[in-house]
Amino acid sequence: MEMYSSVPEFRVDIDRQACRLCKRCIENCSFGALEWRDNKVKAFNDRCVACQRCVSMCPEDAIALRRTPSVMSAHPIWTENARRDVFTQSRTGAILLASTGNELHEQVIFDNLLLDACQVTNPAIDPLREPIELRTYIGRKPRFVELEELGDSLRLNTKLSPALKLEIPIMIAQMSYGAISVEAHEALARAAVMRGTTMGSGEGGLHKKLYPYADHIIVQVASGRFGVHPAYLEAGAAVEIKIGQGAKPGIGGHLPGTKITDEISETRMIPIGADAISPAPHHDIYSIEDLAQLVNALKEATRYKKPVLVKIAAVHNVAAICSGICRAGADAIVIDGFRAGTGATPKVIRDNVGIPVELALASVDQRLREEGIRNETSIIASGTIRNSGDVAKAIALGADAVKIGTAALIALGCTVCKRCYTGKCAWGIATQDPELRSRLDPVEGAQRVSNLLLAWSIELKEILGAAGINSIESLRGNRDRLRGYGLDHTTLEILGVQPAGS
Amino acid sequence: MRIVANYKHYKELNEEIFQAVQAGVAELTLEDVNGQRFIADCLKGKLNIDIYGTPGNDLGMFMDGPTVTVFGNAQDGVGNTMSSGKIIIHGDGRDILGHSMRGGKIFVRGDVGYRVGIHMKTYKSNVPIIVAGGRAGDFLGEYMAGGIIIVLGIHNRAKKAEILGDWVATGQHGGAIYVRGDVDESKLGNGASQFRVTADDEITIKKVLKEYCQVFGLDLEGLLDAEFTKIAPLSHRPYAALYTCE
Repeated sequence: MEMYSSVPEFRVDIDRQACRLCKRCIENCSFGALEWRDNKVKAFNDRCVACQRCVSMCPEDAIALRRTPSVMSAHPIWTENARRDVFTQSRTGAILLASTGNELHEQVIFDNLLLDACQVTNPAIDPLREPIELRTYIGRKPRFVELEELGDSLRLNTKLSPALKLEIPIMIAQMSYGAISVEAHEALARAAVMRGTTMGSGEGGLHKKLYPYADHIIVQVASGRFGVHPAYLEAGAAVEIKIGQGAKPGIGGHLPGTKITDEISETRMIPIGADAISPAPHHDIYSIEDLAQLVNALKEATRYKKPVLVKIAAVHNVAAICSGICRAGADAIVIDGFRAGTGATPKVIRDNVGIPVELALASVDQRLREEGIRNETSIIASGTIRNSGDVAKAIALGADAVKIGTAALIALGCTVCKRCYTGKCAWGIATQDPELRSRLDPVEGAQRVSNLLLAWSIELKEILGAAGINSIESLRGNRDRLRGYGLDHTTLEILGVQPAGS
Repeated sequence: MRIVANYKHYKELNEEIFQAVQAGVAELTLEDVNGQRFIADCLKGKLNIDIYGTPGNDLGMFMDGPTVTVFGNAQDGVGNTMSSGKIIIHGDGRDILGHSMRGGKIFVRGDVGYRVGIHMKTYKSNVPIIVAGGRAGDFLGEYMAGGIIIVLGIHNRAKKAEILGDWVATGQHGGAIYVRGDVDESKLGNGASQFRVTADDEITIKKVLKEYCQVFGLDLEGLLDAEFTKIAPLSHRPYAALYTCE
């Protein structure tokens, strides 16, 4: 049956006058969109994903990518994307895969929140002249501390729980080796060391190359338990139980066997070529009591020296769930909002399941305060932290720290072409292909991620100084320093934020 | 070294065990164990731990090397995510025994509960092994990615009960389950199927059961004098056709 198939999204325009036929673009295109035909570079527009690799590699600036000029007839509901998905599924009868985060909901509540500053009545602080504290401790805090005077000094008599000491309230999120390359993993780990923060191993174990950085790595234990063994648990700065992630709440993961290379096989400890299947739930966790059991098993395994974190996707009943997680003994809870990124997820889940991290964060913080247990766990927010403004707003809504995934990858060279699931990442990030991987230099990449974290830290100090605050601790849960702009009454109520002007 | 667990909290008991192991003790006997959890959790190296009484959940979790012998029944989560070593249970095991196990052996003289051997793995010479002398409950070997489970159906306390529960090996994509006797096809979940036992399988079964019989003082010839059924995956990539890109 002849059927119309959707038009390509992009068009590769090659300036034939400028092109000197060096073929560098062809060598660099990992999606096969450029080929050598009839002594010139020929573009196959339907394969182009607009990853910008050819554009940046062309020595003559001869390539430009454009949105295709060929349009479908417009319809406000049956968008081109909606039609394209139907075409694909009517051809294949399969679940649509997607990468990166939610594309269906464009409103980001952070953009409707405004930060406060001092004018006249209380002085702003100049961070260039006065110290502003960003140090953050992740873990259970005591309800009170008992100090004893010993002559000139004080002795702390309260036994403190193990905590992560971070120089900045920004951590690098959990992304697995398998989803991203070992070079990307190493770059993120080095950056975490450089800036005094942590990165996450993700759920695929830890490549042996990464062990030297392990005191800045939070090792993850997910439902697949890949690469989880005593040395792994003992190496990490903390252990994180992954229950869910924002891009696929309630969904397991299938890393296709085609991506299980020699080294991934060794790190995950599964055979080469077999699918790496993470079941939807942990089959030893069917209740809060079971979660408490795994939390305690991990604390026993690490002899009570490391904090145990629990990560969940932000879902409808998130406040009550987090109350349970806190009571199950988690030293920190990671709440991953519905816009969080991923290497691969069913599109329908990514775009339709979960709630925004801003609302989840505010309601969890509120609930734990009302129950008098907010000190017993730290809250870490993730899923759409795009700049230092988002960091400040998340902290003012109640987060102790945030995690960044996509932003860190963009710092490594990701252009958000949204094709992570193909494993053909032209920038050497979401790929296991040795040639593509060699394009990412871990040392250079680390410097870029470190630069980003440094820039945001300086900006955070500016934000705090402007608000007359000299420590990030005083911004935590300080919703009085936020105002809502263009938000409805109910949303403001959940956020615990006054409307601008009030 | 002998430790009386009695009413000690698991933290206290496990700290004592940890300190003893740190001090170089390689032979431990735990008496009057009353459901204390996480015994031998993450312990490594050559150690022998004999347990009298009933150890609590997650016995030998993450364990890497020791031999633990339980003279009684065990509770849930025996050998959860265990790396290597041996756990011998002279009574029954309970639910989620051998969950995500990646190496070592668990020998149970009696029955095992639900969800046993879920997502067991294999990597090169690390092949985890579970042998249940009695019957196994529902969801045996679900998502099994590697390793060997043998269910014998002897010492079956509830004599009327069938040797296997329902939904066996759903989503299995590696490893093998050997059952002494016939298996009703209706017991199997999606992804797994029954196969005839090959000569190689027979060698594997004999090797594993020889050790099992030595541990419990059973007659190997008698055990082998029966037809075994093999349950194995239909594919190592059961969900390969589930997804599309564009």
